[in-house]
Amino acid sequence: MEGSVAYDNDLNLKATELRLGLPGTHDERQQQQQKPVSNVRNNKRPNGESEAQNETAPPPKAQIVGWPPVRSYRKNNSQPKKTESEGGAIYIKVSMDGAPYLRKIDLKVYSGYPELLQAIENMFKFNIGEYSEREGYKGSDYAPTYEDKDGDWMLVGDVPWEMFITSCKRLRIMKGSEARGLGCDI
Amino acid sequence: MHKKTAFSFPDEVLEHVFSFIQSDKDRNSVSMVCKSWYEIERWCRRKVFVGNCYAVSPRMVIKRFPEIRSIELKGKPHFADFNLVPDGWGGYVFPWIVEMAGAVPWLEEIKLKRMVVTDESLELIAKSFKNFKALVLSSCEGFSTDGLAAIAASCKNLKELDLRDCDVDDLSGHLLSHFPDTYTSLVSLNISCLGSDEVSFSTLERLVCRCTNLRTLRLNRAVPLDKIANILRRAPQLVDFGTGTYAADLRPDSYSDLAGAFSSCKELRSLSGFWDVVPDYLPAIYPVCSKLTSLNLSYATIQSPELIKLVSHCPNLQRLLVLDYIEDSGLEVLASSCKNLQELRVFPSDPFGVEPNVSLTEQGLVAVSSGCPKLQSVLYFCRRMSNEALVTVAKNCPNFTRFRLCIIEPRTADYQTLEPLDVGFGAIVQYCKDLQRLSLSGLLTDRVFEYIGTYAKKLEMLSVAFAGDSDLGLHHVLSGCESLRKLEIRDCPFGDKALLANAAKLETMRSLWMSSCAVSFRACKLLGQKMPRLNVEVIDERGPPDSRPESCPVDKLYIYRTVAGSRFDMPPFVWTMEDDPSLQLS
Repeated sequence: MEGSVAYDNDLNLKATELRLGLPGTHDERQQQQQKPVSNVRNNKRPNGESEAQNETAPPPKAQIVGWPPVRSYRKNNSQPKKTESEGGAIYIKVSMDGAPYLRKIDLKVYSGYPELLQAIENMFKFNIGEYSEREGYKGSDYAPTYEDKDGDWMLVGDVPWEMFITSCKRLRIMKGSEARGLGCDI
Repeated sequence: MHKKTAFSFPDEVLEHVFSFIQSDKDRNSVSMVCKSWYEIERWCRRKVFVGNCYAVSPRMVIKRFPEIRSIELKGKPHFADFNLVPDGWGGYVFPWIVEMAGAVPWLEEIKLKRMVVTDESLELIAKSFKNFKALVLSSCEGFSTDGLAAIAASCKNLKELDLRDCDVDDLSGHLLSHFPDTYTSLVSLNISCLGSDEVSFSTLERLVCRCTNLRTLRLNRAVPLDKIANILRRAPQLVDFGTGTYAADLRPDSYSDLAGAFSSCKELRSLSGFWDVVPDYLPAIYPVCSKLTSLNLSYATIQSPELIKLVSHCPNLQRLLVLDYIEDSGLEVLASSCKNLQELRVFPSDPFGVEPNVSLTEQGLVAVSSGCPKLQSVLYFCRRMSNEALVTVAKNCPNFTRFRLCIIEPRTADYQTLEPLDVGFGAIVQYCKDLQRLSLSGLLTDRVFEYIGTYAKKLEMLSVAFAGDSDLGLHHVLSGCESLRKLEIRDCPFGDKALLANAAKLETMRSLWMSSCAVSFRACKLLGQKMPRLNVEVIDERGPPDSRPESCPVDKLYIYRTVAGSRFDMPPFVWTMEDDPSLQLS
């Protein structure tokens, strides 16, 4: 067997090198590996060790069969949803003027403004009116606003959806005269 | 002819007296008093438990107990749970069903654990037992929803269908639709292991509606959260409920609907399920928390703060299963909130990770041992331990009956002193005089086995992995543990000497499992020859053991006592060592 030779990192020849040994042993890259455990909505037990390994990146060292002693169906306890700002869900608070308590929604669940607004309408049981760039939300006593990263209160709907969900910190449904003031030409 | 003396009663009287004796052990004792008691007892025994399906033949059981109504069988060794027993090893229930179908038509209850059950077996059950009432399959495999459909369709008096932790071939989601519309006797249904994504919710709701005696209902992951409220409202008498997926879009209606449905269940004492938990929906169960005695959150991937909030609402909790996301901080809250806690199981969220992903250490275990005076049963996965902690736990909990500790990295030493954990486990067996079950882990020498042999007089089951230095360790256990029934060992340097020196002990036990140890083929043959009432099975997927030198260690060894002789259903990779009458130990 060849002695270990320093390979050029860019070519990553070591990854394609043929050698004896279990996958993952003698792996130089011993640092934390990504473990994309699949969150399959299916209770079918993985077929022993092999399937569990197919679903994760190669472990830093060879896994021992049957160790630790956990049943197959307990092996796929995926990481919980991270905190609001990372990956997964984006939970933000939603307040409505006059309502006794706030609600929380996950912005990631909606694919665009119409869905979001529909959901808020359902949640607080009111009508939000028609959005137009020129006049804001017409035909309603309410205006959906959000606080953005700079701390400014903005009207919901002005910026593209993707930009909105990354910059929105919280939502506030304004009511009454304050709401009617928004969106009008100054 | 029955001789009547001043000290004897008519058979009917004895039979009546015996009917109050339910425990198997006591029944066995009764049957050994004298021949007439043996006869009377065997005709009126209704329940039989067979801890190893190969220890006795079905024909022998039925011949002795012709009037049984309930049978419980266990098949594969425990280490099969961790994939150490190759597929096809055995544990087939079919021969038992065939014998009983013919001879015991009034059979009502079948309970199986770690057995291979085929659709053919299930169909035969459905066909043969007219008064069939309960099927409990625990960690079984080999069948599909077709076989279950036959049971649902035919067994008019079925009360219990419990498929706990089974591997079911899920061919369709229509199992529930096979219960006839006239069927109303369901008391307990556990389909939590079924994988199918199609569950007919209307069928489920109608079934729940008409089965007014339903007490236990454990759904599978396919049932979404928004269907739960309807089901709970139709079964407010439920005592034990397992949710499906505990996730849904946040809508104020569905939340209050769910909370309302839970609060209508005044009898609810046990909750489980909780796959894919959305934390905001957890408070919906608060109305029932104060009466909960059992909570299984071992699939709930929620963090410590949510877990803390939840357990703080459950002062009457006796049993908690949870992931290590609870962390030491959560276990401290548990210790102060749940003074009635008897059983705790903490499972690893990331069993194969090298670095700890959560802050769960020996501290959590110490906290619970200190705060929960009724704690009896522990299963704890963690990444570090110390002798000091174990000694503290032992002193805090002298009433332990089950203590299973799994330090995830094999041979991990005491993190403070870098010594072996012999002293710590030694304290456990010394202080916990009623300990029945023990699982060891971490760095351990022969010394821990010396402690176990000396002190663990009530120990019935011992699990050992990556421990010990020599045969002396095994010898201590086999010669010292008077109550030992099951011993399972993997990856330990135990060999021939201890085994052969304690051969007679093996007949007093149910079974011994040894894999990746140092027992030679020669020793296995010798043991098989000398001990006719033991089946000595060599399991080796490398090929026939006699194709290698006799001194070579066998891969896996399973030894169990039996009155049925060698079994006939062995796969090609299992060899039973033959008896040799001329070499029997006198």
